[in-house]
Amino acid sequence: MTPSRRRFLSRVSIALSAAVAAVVGVPVVGFLLSPLTRKVPRQWRAVGQAELFKVGQTVSVTFDDASPLPWSGVTARTAAWLRREDTETFTAFAVNCTHLGCPVRWLADAGLFLCPCHGGVYNGDGSVAAGPPPKPLPRYPVRVRQGRVEILTSPLPIA
Amino acid sequence: MIRRALAWLDDRSGLVSWLKHALTHPVPPRTGWWYTFGSATFLAFVLQVVTGIALATAYVPSSGQAYDSLRFISEQALMGRFLRGLHYFGASAMVVMIGAHVARTYIMGAYKFPRELNWLSGALLLLLTMALAFTGQLLRWDQTAVWSVIIGAAQAGRMPVVGPQVARFLLAGDTVGGATLSRFFAFHVFFIPALVFALVGLHLMLVLRHGISERPVPGQPVDKATYRAAYQEMLRREGVPFWPDAAWRDVVFGAAMVAIVALLALVIGPPELGKPPDPSILEAYPRPDWYFLWYFALLALTPTSWEDAVIVFAPLVFGIVLLLIPIFNTGERSVRRRPWAALVVLFIVVTIGIFWAAGERAKWSPDFSAAPLSASAVHNDNPTVVEGARLFHDKGCEFCHAIGEQGGQRGPDLTEVGTRMNAVGIAGKITNGGPGMPAFARTLSPREVEALTAFLVTRQ
Repeated sequence: MTPSRRRFLSRVSIALSAAVAAVVGVPVVGFLLSPLTRKVPRQWRAVGQAELFKVGQTVSVTFDDASPLPWSGVTARTAAWLRREDTETFTAFAVNCTHLGCPVRWLADAGLFLCPCHGGVYNGDGSVAAGPPPKPLPRYPVRVRQGRVEILTSPLPIA
Repeated sequence: MIRRALAWLDDRSGLVSWLKHALTHPVPPRTGWWYTFGSATFLAFVLQVVTGIALATAYVPSSGQAYDSLRFISEQALMGRFLRGLHYFGASAMVVMIGAHVARTYIMGAYKFPRELNWLSGALLLLLTMALAFTGQLLRWDQTAVWSVIIGAAQAGRMPVVGPQVARFLLAGDTVGGATLSRFFAFHVFFIPALVFALVGLHLMLVLRHGISERPVPGQPVDKATYRAAYQEMLRREGVPFWPDAAWRDVVFGAAMVAIVALLALVIGPPELGKPPDPSILEAYPRPDWYFLWYFALLALTPTSWEDAVIVFAPLVFGIVLLLIPIFNTGERSVRRRPWAALVVLFIVVTIGIFWAAGERAKWSPDFSAAPLSASAVHNDNPTVVEGARLFHDKGCEFCHAIGEQGGQRGPDLTEVGTRMNAVGIAGKITNGGPGMPAFARTLSPREVEALTAFLVTRQ
């Protein structure tokens, strides 16, 4: 083989190999990264009749993710702390501590949220009362439609 | 007959001679028991692969069904419980052994010329082992596992700029759901083990290429110009065949490790499955498996202003330092001439030990199970004091403060608070709070503060 023919064939081989790698690699990487681009529709989920909630009380409510996959099982479920401020307004707090995401518990008698992991404490309005949390408890949009309380599904509150 | 078959196999493949060469290659004499951690790590990895494959034949990596399949494995499948135990304690053994192996090679300066790449491939294997441990904990798809994905994502979210993207990549979406577990399963079972296999191959190839490092001698520093010739000369003079002169110790130590793992799997068994992986069950107490417990403790004890540094930069710095260590690749190998090397290892071991012990006790976690104080514990009939004792439980004080044997340990023990504070001081503390304690001015009426104070003053 002449050197030029040899150089030509090696270039063709390298180019073809790169093309094959790209044909396989692009979909694989794209598939792995797809959660970054996927836009999950946010949905209003009913969590109960408004009259069932007492003014001034904070209770946990359970509802489904925005678009749970059919095989999610119970992991599709999520929760929020719902507080009825007065006859008209409700507040929904994320259950995730802003420190590292552990589920905070509502101590009704003390009027405080308390995190089991590192002892973060929040007041009834979600503001930080003590401990490591850097930010107040995030809130979810909440509204009343046809007598039912609805919460807007949201991503996990991260950063 | 067998001899002829082997001869045929060797003629066609060369495998027999290669294996013979690998097994009988000369190694330095007097290597001793310190040199057995590497092979034990490898044996633990093989154990994980074998038990993992067996478990994978029954495990369903679906976030909706994994929990039930784990129940089946643990409660019904033949020896399933034992297998899970082997896999769990095998993981622990692998973490312990790789830790010992890294410490040993560092202390003995085995990473120095010409073995820098041995160290680098080993350092990557250490990181991959931690990644296997983390992803494996999640496959135990119970309540704790689900919350540890959320906590892992929250930690990743602290990274500047890319944090939220990394978190979404981990969760495979905005929330824990149908795709999260499949992703961790693929990483734990295919991707990371494939990398480990490749790196172990490289690591072993490098060990054969450069030879097992000889025992360091003080005053005999590594010199790039002469080391290789001196090493070969030493092997010619006093080298012994790896099999069986050195290998028997690997076999004995490895067998002992497997025996201990099997014993623990039989006696203690695998970690119990917690509540189902339902993120709406808020009665949760997420804690990592023991090998990450010290990190959990570190995060609990870090002052808030340092937190981002500890979460983001400490692992980064640790990783970079680990990879940069072979830059110091010549000079003294003996720990007698490198006292700082011993100190660094001692410091790391002691630090992790302290944080680990702290994590075991988890004093910073409120004790939600604290029961109301009994009448005998209150030992006072004054109605205001009795009322205060009741409030001490109902208002959550007892979750963080202990009285007698009851209550949490997050705040100071108040068993004898009456001896060190007066009523005014106690009332002020209750209403104003402190760095770790909420101010109760908004949630307690003056009467309630009075009752609580009356109760606490009697504690002496």
